Amino acid sequence: MCDTCGCGDPHAHDHSHPHDHSHGPSHDHGHPPPVRTLPVQKSALELNQRLADQNRGWFRAKGLTVYNLLSSPGSGKTTLLERTLREMPRAAAIVGDLQTENDAVRLRASGAQAIQITTGATCHLDAHMVAHALEKLDADGLKTLFIENVGNLVCPASYDLGENRRVVLLSVTEGEDKPLKYPVIFRNADLVLITKIDLADAVGFDREKALAAIRQTAPKAQILELSAKTGTGFDAWTAWLAG
Amino acid sequence: MHELSLMSNLLEHAVAAADGAPICAMRVRVGPLSGVVIDALRFAFEALAPGTPAEGARLDIEETAPLLHCPRCGADYATPVGFYECPSCGAADGELRGGNELELASIEVPDHV
Repeated sequence: MCDTCGCGDPHAHDHSHPHDHSHGPSHDHGHPPPVRTLPVQKSALELNQRLADQNRGWFRAKGLTVYNLLSSPGSGKTTLLERTLREMPRAAAIVGDLQTENDAVRLRASGAQAIQITTGATCHLDAHMVAHALEKLDADGLKTLFIENVGNLVCPASYDLGENRRVVLLSVTEGEDKPLKYPVIFRNADLVLITKIDLADAVGFDREKALAAIRQTAPKAQILELSAKTGTGFDAWTAWLAG
Repeated sequence: MHELSLMSNLLEHAVAAADGAPICAMRVRVGPLSGVVIDALRFAFEALAPGTPAEGARLDIEETAPLLHCPRCGADYATPVGFYECPSCGAADGELRGGNELELASIEVPDHV
């Protein structure tokens, strides 16, 4: 039994209970039966929110600052983290993918701890998965934890993981109007990172158009531009992390 | 398709609130900033409800709009997703006061239960 949520680990969420109160085909007999309305007012994300709050408390107790990295697949989250973990002491990563340990293996080459979450078919990380990954994390001496979410600009937006800051990546190869197409995930960004700027000229990236789209959909976010490959703009990113 | 797991949570809330009674209807409030697709939510309901007390129930979905409060001029305003500027003063840093909800507002159960 896990101590964060009471689930049996492995994740056997089999909440089966018999549904044997047969109520037959009585929903269409001409005059509707009298009903009464019971107020409920409960969020679909209530459990996730509770576990996210627990994660937040754990992070605070360990003195960790935690960043949730979100983007589409292939916009450079892992490459960004490879370089960041090489340059930044006392940092670790949790990385989510549907399958394979590939990203964690890549990140461990930096010398930092990296814990892989394989979600199977699930399109996002939730606070529960992160809570279990934290059981494997040696937090002693750590200051910074990056959570690389599953590459997806839709579903991860809904799940608080307990992080301090949300970072959304947009690579120059993706199209400048992507924030307008996926506004929900940009809305809650603290930082939007434009990545792969070494490729900007090659792909005809329209910087002003991208900046306008980000400002419109993420009015509170800071915007930085970098290339994790060449290192251009990287100092501003590490300064933002330090600040 | 995270709508499946979210609908599963809403059904659990509904079954708990019904306390053994069959469920005639579920009223779900969905904000456009919740990140869910309403058609996918309906599909998830059709897939998950059979075999539960909500089998055959009506799913009422109430769509809300993003509601913001301007910290500069104090205006409260509704706005489409992706457009957050205050219509009164043009400030872009409005605080979200609604529009990201995904919640079971209420259920209907037979009156005689």
